[in-house]
Amino acid sequence: MAKPMLSGGEMLARALQDEGVEFIFGYPGGAVLHIYDALFQTSDIPHILVRHEQAATHAADGYARATGKPGVVLVTSGPGATNAITGIATAYMDSIPMVVLSGQVPSHLIGEDAFQETDMVGISRPIVKHSFMVKRPEDIPATIKKAFHIATTGRPGPVVIDLPKDMTHPAHKFEYEYPDKVKIRSYAPAQKGHSGQIRKAVDILLSARKPVIYAGGGVVLGNASAQLTALARLLDFPVTNTLMGLGAYPGSDRQFLGMLGMHGFYEANNAMHYADVILAVGARFDDRVTNTPSKFCPEATIIHIDVDPASISKTVPAHVPIVGPCDAVLDEMLDIARERLKQEPECLDRKALAEWWQRIDGWRDAHGLWTACRYAPESTDLIKPQAVIEALCKMTKGQAYVTSDVGQHQMFAAQYYRFEQPRRWINSGGLGTMGFGLPAAMGVKLAYPDADVVCVTGEGSIQMNIQELSTCTQYKLPVKILNLHNGYLGMVKQWQDMQYGGRYSESVYEDSLPDFVKLAEAYGHVGIRVDRKEDLEPALADAFGKYRDRLVFLDVHVDPHEHVYPMHVAPNGSMRDMWLSKTERT
Amino acid sequence: MRHIISLLMENEPGALSRVVGLFSQRGYNIESLNVAATEDPTLSRLTLTTLGDDSKIEQITKQLNKLIDVVKLVDLTDGSHIERELMLIKVKAVGAQRAEIKRTTDIFRGQIVDVGTSVYTIQLAGTADKLDSFVRAMGEATVLEVVRTGVCGLARGDKVLSL
Ligand SMILES: Cc1ncc(C[n+]2csc(CCOP(=O)(O)OP(=O)(O)O)c2C)c(N)n1
Repeated sequence: MAKPMLSGGEMLARALQDEGVEFIFGYPGGAVLHIYDALFQTSDIPHILVRHEQAATHAADGYARATGKPGVVLVTSGPGATNAITGIATAYMDSIPMVVLSGQVPSHLIGEDAFQETDMVGISRPIVKHSFMVKRPEDIPATIKKAFHIATTGRPGPVVIDLPKDMTHPAHKFEYEYPDKVKIRSYAPAQKGHSGQIRKAVDILLSARKPVIYAGGGVVLGNASAQLTALARLLDFPVTNTLMGLGAYPGSDRQFLGMLGMHGFYEANNAMHYADVILAVGARFDDRVTNTPSKFCPEATIIHIDVDPASISKTVPAHVPIVGPCDAVLDEMLDIARERLKQEPECLDRKALAEWWQRIDGWRDAHGLWTACRYAPESTDLIKPQAVIEALCKMTKGQAYVTSDVGQHQMFAAQYYRFEQPRRWINSGGLGTMGFGLPAAMGVKLAYPDADVVCVTGEGSIQMNIQELSTCTQYKLPVKILNLHNGYLGMVKQWQDMQYGGRYSESVYEDSLPDFVKLAEAYGHVGIRVDRKEDLEPALADAFGKYRDRLVFLDVHVDPHEHVYPMHVAPNGSMRDMWLSKTERT
Repeated sequence: MRHIISLLMENEPGALSRVVGLFSQRGYNIESLNVAATEDPTLSRLTLTTLGDDSKIEQITKQLNKLIDVVKLVDLTDGSHIERELMLIKVKAVGAQRAEIKRTTDIFRGQIVDVGTSVYTIQLAGTADKLDSFVRAMGEATVLEVVRTGVCGLARGDKVLSL
């Protein structure tokens, strides 16, 4: 069959289709007009016109986190490209597969400071997994193929393709064929772990007396939750998840210790500190987890599984490094462990494990976030932000997709929403990007129109991409926005309370905040303000019931002076050194 | 400790900036750097020297290997290797100094490659250490200009860095 003759723009549109792309998140401009015209004429892929390019990247990112498929972004050159940068960096820090197509000025103008020229490949270099600049239109299909391959395999990440305008000119046609394979000679991510290392790791696990499984975002990204859960249950080991790993292990399971780290659970941080064996899976020992690295888990033998060799022994040295995809490595571990337990049921020190569990239960009883309830909801007439998340969790039965912004509300959501499944908790953990939540929720809602999608946010964060309320109107995206309204940049205020003598330098809004109810209504949505405890549940019920098909902005006024606890004592603290309330510390 | 990391990378625009960018982005230092084409037109060879303890060097090599443009990499300092650097040095040479400089150049097996009425330009190849010593040995003579290529090297024996 004769190959079709297509222009660069048409090849691009066609290649995205052949790649199985479901949505393009973008914003047009001069350098991408040929592409937009080709999309208009030839493409069936729905395009979501955001209101700011940053939102396109976050929406694509949210879509990717929820589905596991790469998000696709299309922006113009210059300001379009630079506006996308924050979202690319956000995806990079959390290893999210994304392909960003950016327009560029025509080849002959590159380097001349042409109108809307910016060196996108240069600007994005430190925050992409890889990037391409297309030099010949006929390279477009293969470049797209490579970009998707790189973005989605190994440790995923964003890939930028910069497209000078002449590459997509409608008058120049080329034979089109989409390659079905890619070969990149310098790129071969590990397909399985080293069997010797895995065996060694299993031996260490089976002889552990005080083990903890520390699971991160890599388990979610690597679709290894089932294996992780099976291994934890087989061995009866406690599991803690990082902020990025929430949902990797079911939140209401007895063996789940909650999140660890700076705002981690007392029981999780203590278990880590006193552990003799730590199995780290798809986690990267970052500074918000370890507290002071030299004081981190002094007694532990560390087994570290990660698909990215550079993540291993980067901040904390691993005793048993295993490079490989989490699912494949855990599968192999499971096989070996099952076999060993069959032959030698006594090889696990069950007595020591029982003692370890007793100790953990003691921590839970003393200061467990869910068990000893530290935020004292009855102590005030004000609504506690934690109570809002608990009510949300109850209302949605722990099954909603929860996106969040960055701040106290994010930590409360991470602590009090019990994620039962992976890919339900969608937040910017690595970069900590305020403004992420709403556009990310749009991406999730497009992927799963029938699911409950909630954006937990604060007045600071929501205003960083509030314009997307208009996108939600255009594409009828009935996400729920839950604003934990405290009138401050709450997390900034908390640090100022704790470390700067309560001097609220630029963290107070005074009376400048909009009426969020009217604002939502102005965009054609539903706004509900909640001030009293007794109104909270009915308002949530309306949002998910009566107004199921509408975007609802729930503006919940909460105790403005609440802090997030536990909180690691820093600097120089270890995992177990925590503030438990405004007055109590370990 | 000083390490010589030598790598093959795609001979494409942007590849070099990715390698160099990695160093500044992650706060690694580069003591010297050189890059040029190889016998295979699709590859260029980059050699750099850097300082760091073992864990730093491990991170550097892992991060370099992660770059899609980096095809193969070796830390030459892991094994026995040959190391060379080329230097051109312009020194003031008048009167009795001229003979003295010539003598020192001979001792170091360098060559005077350009002669002016009051200057010599000397070419010298060797290890970075040897070049350093030569500059020190110039002693009294006024050094006007120094240009060095940066270290390049190969592993000794049969070992080769190739596809
Ligand atoms: C884009 C961006 N700018 C600044 C920060 C620093 N920062 C972290 S949390 C925070 C306050 C967030 O306030 P808000 O969204 O109202 O949430 P709250 O903490 O009150 O729940 C700020 C300013 C950030 N994370 N992202």
